[in-house]
Formats: sequence, structure tokens, C-alpha cells
Amino acid sequence: MDRAPVVRLSGVSQRYGEAVALEAVDIALPAGCMVGLIGPDGVGKSSLLALVSGARQIQQGRVEVLGGDIGERHFRASVQPRIAYMPQGLGKNLYPTLSVFENVDFFGRLFGQGKKERTARIAELLSSTGLAPFRERPAAKLSGGMKQKLGLCCALIHDPDLLILDEPTTGVDPLSRRQFWALIDSIRARRPGMSVLVATAYMEEAERFDWLVAMDAGRVIGCGTPAELRAQTGQATLDGAFIRLLPEARRQAHRTLSIPPRVPDGALPAIEAEGLVQRFGDFTAVDHVSFRIERGEIFGFLGSNGCGKTTTMKMLTGLLPPTEGIARLFGKAVDAGDLETRKQVGYMSQSFSLYGELSVAANLDLHARLFHLPDDRRGPRVAEMMRRFGLEPYADQAAAELPLGIRQRLSLAVAVVHEPKLLILDEPTSGVDPVARDQFWALLVELSREQGVTIFISTHFMNEAERCDRLSLMHAGKVLASDTPAGLCAARGEATLEAAFIGYLEAATGASRDAPEPVGAPPVEAGGGRPAGRGNGAARPGGFSLRRLLGYAYREALELRRDVIRLGFALLGSVIMMFVLGHGLSFDVEGLRFAVLDRDQSPESRDYIAHVAGSRYFVQRPPLLDEADLDRRMKNGEVSLAIDIPADYGRDLRRGRSPEIGVVVDGAMPYRGETMRGYIEGMHRDYVARLLREQLGDRASAAFDIESRYRYNQDFKSVYAMVPAVIPLLMLLIPAILMALGVVREKELGSITNLYVTPVTRFEFLVGKQLPYVAVCMGSYLLMMLEATLVFGVPVKGSLAAMTLGALLYVTATTGLGLLMSTFTRTQIAALFGTAIVTMLPTLQFSGLTTPVESLQGGGYWIGQFYPATYFILICRGAFTKGLGFADLWPSLLALAAFIPVLTLVSVALLKKQER
Amino acid sequence: MGGFSLSNIFRLGLKELRSLAADKVLLGLIVWAFSGAIYEAATGVSQQLNNAPVAIVDEDASPLSARLAGALYPPYFRAPELIRLDQVDAAMNSNRYAFVLVIPANFQRDLAAGRQPEMQLVIDATLVSQAFIGAGYITRIVSGEVGEYLTGRRDAAPSPIRIATRARFNPNLTGVWFGGVMEAINNVTMLTIILVGAAFIREREHGTIEHLLVMPLRPFEIMMAKIWANGLAVLIGVAFALGVMVRHVLAVPIAGSLALFLGAATLYLFAAASIGIFLGTIARSMPQLGLLIIMTIVPLQLLSGGVTPQESMPAAIQNIMAATPTTYFVRIAQGILYRGADLADIWLDMLLMTGVGAVFFSIALFRFRKAVTQTQI
Repeated sequence: MDRAPVVRLSGVSQRYGEAVALEAVDIALPAGCMVGLIGPDGVGKSSLLALVSGARQIQQGRVEVLGGDIGERHFRASVQPRIAYMPQGLGKNLYPTLSVFENVDFFGRLFGQGKKERTARIAELLSSTGLAPFRERPAAKLSGGMKQKLGLCCALIHDPDLLILDEPTTGVDPLSRRQFWALIDSIRARRPGMSVLVATAYMEEAERFDWLVAMDAGRVIGCGTPAELRAQTGQATLDGAFIRLLPEARRQAHRTLSIPPRVPDGALPAIEAEGLVQRFGDFTAVDHVSFRIERGEIFGFLGSNGCGKTTTMKMLTGLLPPTEGIARLFGKAVDAGDLETRKQVGYMSQSFSLYGELSVAANLDLHARLFHLPDDRRGPRVAEMMRRFGLEPYADQAAAELPLGIRQRLSLAVAVVHEPKLLILDEPTSGVDPVARDQFWALLVELSREQGVTIFISTHFMNEAERCDRLSLMHAGKVLASDTPAGLCAARGEATLEAAFIGYLEAATGASRDAPEPVGAPPVEAGGGRPAGRGNGAARPGGFSLRRLLGYAYREALELRRDVIRLGFALLGSVIMMFVLGHGLSFDVEGLRFAVLDRDQSPESRDYIAHVAGSRYFVQRPPLLDEADLDRRMKNGEVSLAIDIPADYGRDLRRGRSPEIGVVVDGAMPYRGETMRGYIEGMHRDYVARLLREQLGDRASAAFDIESRYRYNQDFKSVYAMVPAVIPLLMLLIPAILMALGVVREKELGSITNLYVTPVTRFEFLVGKQLPYVAVCMGSYLLMMLEATLVFGVPVKGSLAAMTLGALLYVTATTGLGLLMSTFTRTQIAALFGTAIVTMLPTLQFSGLTTPVESLQGGGYWIGQFYPATYFILICRGAFTKGLGFADLWPSLLALAAFIPVLTLVSVALLKKQER
Repeated sequence: MGGFSLSNIFRLGLKELRSLAADKVLLGLIVWAFSGAIYEAATGVSQQLNNAPVAIVDEDASPLSARLAGALYPPYFRAPELIRLDQVDAAMNSNRYAFVLVIPANFQRDLAAGRQPEMQLVIDATLVSQAFIGAGYITRIVSGEVGEYLTGRRDAAPSPIRIATRARFNPNLTGVWFGGVMEAINNVTMLTIILVGAAFIREREHGTIEHLLVMPLRPFEIMMAKIWANGLAVLIGVAFALGVMVRHVLAVPIAGSLALFLGAATLYLFAAASIGIFLGTIARSMPQLGLLIIMTIVPLQLLSGGVTPQESMPAAIQNIMAATPTTYFVRIAQGILYRGADLADIWLDMLLMTGVGAVFFSIALFRFRKAVTQTQI
């Protein structure tokens, strides 16, 4: 420990809104050893690690990592290939639909390794972690322990000098946990120079670290070797030592928990489960689980994440009907529709179900009301809950702003506000510090022992499991054993519950070869004698690397291929929509309903009406009776055009008195009104001309003639106009919305961290993600072209090459537009909504789809000028109907091409390479 | 589903409104959708002829041909440009002009001599909405101009039958009257479906809906709460859009009762929100929902009669669209706002619209529990 420190923080403070994550932290971490950060959740451990890894922007202070300032952009880019960071949360930076191999392979690409190098390294890593048999399994279907091993493989692919692990074993079963640490030890034996920085909430794990930093409320409250810390505080265990290190006020709240023994009353069991099975497709999440829980008992479910605890609990609450088996609450079969039983049950789900934006008091009040507590009891009950759970100081704070421990207490308070007889608690204490956890358990004990509430609780903490009256050990959907904690230990002949559980796990998995463990395997240096970490093909840090770009493109393509529904929509959605819109959308104005108010009823008037009714544009409705009838029927839209023939029309016509026919057109839809007016006036002229010819012979012909020539579409058939319009419309809306969630989804799900901490640049990230979507959209374009030719009979008359080049430029621009929306929104809803708003109106109205851009006014005109659809519509019309080629289309092609660099640059500028 | 509790629906809805209020970006977008977007749509686009680019090939170079060039003027047409006959093709290929009027040599002389000269009007037929209307305008204007020129010299026989056309409900057929209101309707559809659908998927992804299902609450109550709360937000938006933006800012007269329209809009919101929840029960993730929503909204907007008249569409499309609430709402909205229709005129459409909404609501309700618990993605 006499080497230069690997990490040095000076005066580092970090806050998020009101919350303080780090408060003036000054510390130096020794190199070449395993440094542990200990302390409960929310004390700033994760923030500290994120700062060290370069994932988060430093707000105040200086962080030196591997001999340089990580806050400095160029240094960060050069040092990132030497750091590996595994964020908190099981498999948070992994890609769930990708296989084990593909995940590691992707990280290899990000660090610029060539195919040969990657293959060798991956083979070595997978075999040494025991993941080799699961090479092809999607990450989503791995158990928690396996996910963490995979995460480790991904982190180690580039032989980092500094390995940062944020709570790598939280939520992992004890056997996997042990294997994980053995793996770390063997890696360290191989690469003694590597520094490891670990955050953990498990004190027993911290014992094995070389050096510890104890943290509380954003401050460092102690550091040194485990032995030093224990000696310093005069405590036998680290747990005790940590509690001693806490500030006086917090320590006082803590007292050792004692649980009075339970007196069995032999009454009806509160919960009975018989042979519960739950299958999702071919995956069996819960496999024939049976147990009985007596009234007032505290019954524990112990097991790793993903072993079926939550699914079993959901079956008990009626949320999930079991595939097989039966569950009974208080002797009654669980029925989703039974509201009475639900009133007796309090449920606290793993994901917090509080409403973050509501205050503590409002949350309690809302739940009291939803459970229909009578008005006179509600107030006192809420007040009582606030007092008993120590929530009074926080009454008016929004739940989202509370520290985790307090939020957990509120969740429990909410779950018991209606005095349920049964509590189902799904991992209620994960991530809560030891003091708060003990306080929480004190409340549970009180509920159980004093009020006879039955408690069914799941946990992955051993010391919590020991407090249960009885517990079931769960693994891979099966109950391995059920008994009292002492009984379980005795059965395996072990001293501790942890050892007993590991014994059961080994017995269960030994047969199934779930995790072969070549931990002691002789160290094989993957890179041979090469300098650690920087593979042959690595580009210089900070520079452009095609390999990394293609790495992202490849990964995105794999994900898209796995999501068959999305891929199907992306490819075929536009084909279906084109079919519907191409047939439905039409600017032909036909089938217009008209009626006549014939006040004359003469042969002449009937002749005029017959002339109009004979047109293919008009459909005649029953005659109008009078003015009022005309009024009414126009108002309710039954008639769009009314002809009013005056009395004595026939006589006046015969006498040459030039009678006047009145026509009323429904102007509600101006375009249709104009067209109807055009039709009726044209028909009138024809009628008059015919009349004159009949009366006067040829002498009556007009003084001159205007011959109308409709260019490009002689028959004026709507389909020739619609097909070239619908293609640009669909090629904007669908690609934009496909891409819109590209970045923001990674933000919400956490894999964005890989952008923050690997050498990949923002440009490579964005363009890499965009490429597969451009390819898919081009596929969809080809399908639409086929459809246009074969289904609609609208072939491209001009240059197909020019049109296709235009399409390529266009989808690059439109996916770029979606990407842009994705880079600056924070939630998926906002991205979806924003994209819909910025695409629908401009595409439909301002891009020349219906009205030429030149005819637009004000804002609409300018939006149209700077909108890609405008130019692609011109290209489509040019190529489809005008028979044009490059010679005429190049200005539009050039304009389209100009959108691409602008959109990409703005997206790059808006995307952050670090989290704030 | 048995009984339900109004107070539960009310309480849950209040919670929903608070979540909405907390998302400032979303609120901003909603405000824009009912203010700026309405203004842009109304003033930017006019479906009638406006500023159409025209050129004249004047081979006659007579006083009459000059007079014709002067007769085409803004706002319908841009001041016509004079080009040569050999320039017509290239100019039309590059979209410079929508119409080119070709006046042949000796037009005036032949006209005077009664030789029936022929003018040619070349129209770019790809400009769907303007080609026909514009051709009609030009024909009318040119005929009028020539007629006036002729009447000065010899008596033209008056037409044996005169025609007086007038447009009801929008006498000048101004596009502003149309665009703003239709944009408001489009935004109602889009907002409601996205808001409700996405909020539902988010709650599914976060597991908060599951939590509600463990409490003594019925799916019916949870759905109704989402509908009334989000619906109220949109209703306030559309009331503002029509009452303030359309009526005062754009100065478009509203023919019928705004209250009746808002009543119909409330029923429509129920129907659109039901579609949103329905889509939310089908999609398994937000990206899937996004695509589903686009594929739903675009046909709803384009084929419901708000852009082009529905009676001109093929019967099959009309039948499909009859199963969407938007068709009825567009009809109701046009009826009330333009034609001053009252309840007696629209009650059947209202009934059908609500019925369609109820069907979507029932399907969503049927799928609700399964969709919520089926979180394996």
C-alpha cells in the first residue's frame, strides 16, 4: 500500500436537485488491491463510483484516476480503455435479448478488438466463469448470479487496470455470491496489478476486502483495513463497527432486535399453497411449490433474484392465475375478482408502488380511501400510521424525495393502513441500511406478535431470514427445503444458515451442472505478452473507429431481429398502411349528395335536374320540400349541394327571360366546396351550351376555347397522385417513431452507461444505432415500390436509381429526426409524444402533400422549406409521374442530403457523453 | 363486473392528474398542441387556391393577351411570369409553375374575326388539390375577361339560364375556418391515444398497476380513472383551442353551440382513450406501442373525413372507418361548428360513436388483467 493511489478525490460534492449525494469528500484509494465502499443505499457509494468511472459529470471538486484528472475530456478518453465499470442492478448494462456470447462480443467490439482476438478472449472468459455451456442463452433468461458473471466477463474483456463493481452481488444467491468472489480472487491472482473498487451493502463480504471506506449520508465516516476499523471501534463485527461509526443521532435509534417466540394457536392456516406452477411459454418460473403458513407466523422466502419468489407471491395475491395448483387464503381459494379477500391482504411489491409525486400524507390518505376506511376512522388511522412508522417529520414531502429507508417505511405503512390480517412483502428491505432494516423488522415483529398479523416475506439477506419463524429456500422455481432456521441448519449439519443454504444449492445444482466452477484453474493470460487492454485493432482513443460504430450497428440489428413484432411492423406496417391509404385517401370528389327544391315542376326543370343527376359526381337524394327542409338537411350534412329552381322557370326559359337557378354549396370543407362549385358551374355551362346548340344550331358555338391539358396524369386519376404522396408520408412517420425510442430507452433501462464508460464516441453511438434502422426502412421502401407497381399499377416512369438514392437519403434524414427527438427527451412517453407532434402536422400539411409549399403562408411555409418530406415528395412525384431522372431531380437530392449532417451534428451536440 | 365505486374512480383520477402535472415537458407539448399548432395549421395552409405559381406563354403579344396576364393576381395567383413555349417542359418538370396559359399567335385577331381561336391551359396534375380548382378559376377568369373584351365591341347574347352559386356555412370558403378546427380534432385524437396508451404501458413497466390490482379495486375503476383524468386534460385543451384560439385569435365564427360540441368531445374522449388502453393491452413495450399508435392515428386522421371527404372513398374503406369513433366525431364537429347543427341533427352519430367507444372499452377491459400480469417481455 505504499504505491501511488489509484483514485484520489479532493473536495468532491455532488447533488441532485435538493438531495445531497456526496458532501466534500476527500480520500485517496490505494492501488493494486481490493477497496470496498461500505454503507447502505443512497449514501453516495454509487455516485462516487460513477464519478470515478467517468460515467457522471463532476459537479464540484477534482477526481484523479490512474494519474490524471478524469474530469478532463481528453484524459478521460485516453484512460477509459483502462477502466471497466459494472453498474448497480442485475445485468443493468447488458442487453437482455442478446445471448451470452453476443453480449461479451459487443463489449469486445467497443474496445476495438479484432475478430480473432475477441473469439479467443471470449472463449477463455466464458470457460473460466463457467458460462461456456450457456453461450447461446439470452441474457434475460440467466439467473441473477449468472447475469453478474456475464457482466464481469463484459467488464474484463479488455483487461482493465481498474475494475469498478457497484454492488455486484446484491440480489444474488449465496452460492453464486461465493463463486463470484472466488472468480474475482482468481482474476486478481492472474493480474496482480489490477485495482478493484467494489461497493457493497453486505458487511460479511466486506471482511474479505483489503481496504474499506465506510460512508454515510454522502460523507466518508471511516476508512482502513477491516481489522483497523474493528479495532478503531472496539467491535467484533464490521456490522457493529459500521453502526459505531454512524453519527450519534442515528446510532441512538438503533437497538438490538429481539423477537419474542411465537405461540402456535393451531387455527386454520392463513396461506395454503398446493403444487403451484407458473409457466411463461416454455419457461417454468415456479415449479410445484407447496407450503402452509399459520396465522401470526412470519414466514420467509429465501432465494436469489429470478428464482420465482415474486411470481409465487403474485399467485397468492391473485394477480397471476396459477398454471397448475391451488392457493388458498384463510381457507378460500384465491380469486382475482374477490374484493373481500383483498381487503384482508396488504401487499408491498418489489418495485415501489408509491406515487412519487404525492406527499407522504397524501399517499396514506389515498390508500385509506381506496380501502374505504370510514370517514371518521380515516383521519385517526392515518395519524396513527404516521406516528408509529415515524413518518411525522416527512408528512408533506413527496414520496419520491424521501431517502430509501423512509420510503420503505411509508410503503409498509401504506400496506397496513387498512389493518390487513395478512401481509405479503416482496423483498421489502433490499437496499436499506442495517439500522433502518432493524427498525423495519421491529415493526414487523410488533405486527406479528401483538396483532397476530401473518407475514409472508421474501428476502435475500441471511440475517433477515434467520428472524423468520419458518422459511423456504427457493432456487430456480423450486422449494429446496422448508423448516425453521435452526431446523434447516441442523438438517445440513451446518453452523450458519448461509452455509446450510449453500449446501442445499450445491446438492440441487450439482446434478444439473448449473454452474461448473473452474475457479482454481491455472491463470491463462488472454492477451499473451501483449500490453494489457489495448488490443491490436484498437483505434486511438477519442478518434473515430469504424469497428466500434459497426459494433453498435450489429448489436442494434440483433436486438431488432429478436423483436419480431417490431421488425414486422417496421417492414410490413408501411406496406399495409400504403394499401389502406392508397385506396382510401383520394382527392377525387365524388358521390356528392344533392337534392333539388323544384318550385316549377315543369318539363324544363326536370330536364335540368336530369342533367345534373346524370353526372358521376352526384347522387340524387329525395327532393327538398321547402326552404326549411333545405336548411335542415344541409345542417345535418345529409345534402351537400342544393339546387333551387324558381317557380315559372320553364315559362321564363321559353320566353327568353333568363331565369336564375340558385345553388347552395356546403362550404364546411372548403376544398370540397370549391370542387363542387367547379363541378356544378361546369355542368351548367355544358347544359346551356347544349340548349343553345339545340335552339340555334352551330351558330351558337363559343367565341373561343380553352383546352385544358392535365400534364403527368392525363386521366387525373387519384391513385397516380396518392401513391407518390403516401410513400414519403410513411417513410417519415414510421422511421422517425422507430428511432425515437432508440436513445431514450437506453437511458430509461440503463444500458446508456456503456456509452458513458467505454471509448465509443457519441458519433459512433448515434450513427451505429441508426444504420440498422436505415437498412430496415430501405427494405420497407423496396416492398412499397413493389406494391406500387404490382398492386396499384403505378410504375416509376423516371429514374429508379435517382428515386432510390433519394429514398436512402430520406430515411437517413427521417431516422435522424427520430434520433434527435430521442437525444433530448428524458422519458419514452415524451419522446413518443414529441415525435408524433413534430412529424404529423408538418408532414401532412406543410410538405406539399396536399398543398404545394409555395402556396403556404407564414410559419407553415418556412417549416415546409426546412422539412425533408417536402423534397422527397418532389422526387417521388418527379420519378413516378413526371418521368424525371437525375438531371431534373438533383436539386431536391442535394437538399435532402443536406439534412443528414445537420441532424447528426445537432444530435451529437445534444447527447451527453456523461451523465449529469 | 358487478358494482363499482365512484369514489375510487375519483380518487385514482386525481392521482392521475397529479402525475400529469408533474411531467413538465409533456404539459408543454399539450399546451403547444392546442395553441401554436392550431394557429400554424389554420394560417399556414389554405386548401383553396392560394399563391399558385402561373406562367403565360404569350405568342400573341396583343393588348388582349396583356389584359389576360393582368387578370391573374394575388391572392389566388402569383403575378404570372412570361416564358417562351420551349421553356414550358423544363419549367413544369422543375415544379416552377402549376399552370401555364398558352396564348397562340394572332389570338386577338382571330377572336375578332370569329374564328374561334383556341388557348391552351397546361396544368400540373400532380398538384392534386389545386389542379382542378385552379383550372376552374383560370377558365372562369379568362372567359370573363375575354367576354368583357368582346362585349365592348359587339353584343354577346346573354346566357339563357343564369346560375347563382353561394356557399353555406363558410361563404368565402376560407381555409382558416377549416384548418384550425380540424387540427384541434386531430390533436384530440393523437393526444388522447398517446397519453392514455403510453401512461398505461409505463405503469405496466413499473408495476404500479399490479399494485392497484392487489387492492380492492376493479380494472373497470382503474380504466375509468385514467380516462376521466386524461380526458379532462385534453378537454380543457380543446375548449381553449376552440373558445380562445379559433374563435378569438383566428376570428373564425362558430356556428353552433360550443357547449354541445364539448359534450360530444367528452364522449369522443372516452372512445379515443379506450382505444389508447386497448393498444396498451396489445403492445408489450413502449417501442411496439409507438408503432401501433402511428399505425392507428394516421388512418384515423386521414380517412375519417377530416382531410378528404369520406363519401369519395371506396365503400370498403368507408365501412372500416365506420368502426372508428373518429369518423363520427369529425362529422359531429363539422355539423356543430360549421353548420350549426343541434342535438336533433347529431344524436345518432353521438350514439354510434359512444357505442364504438364502448366496444373498444370492453375489449380492453377483457384483456386488462391478462395484459398487466403478462410482463414477461
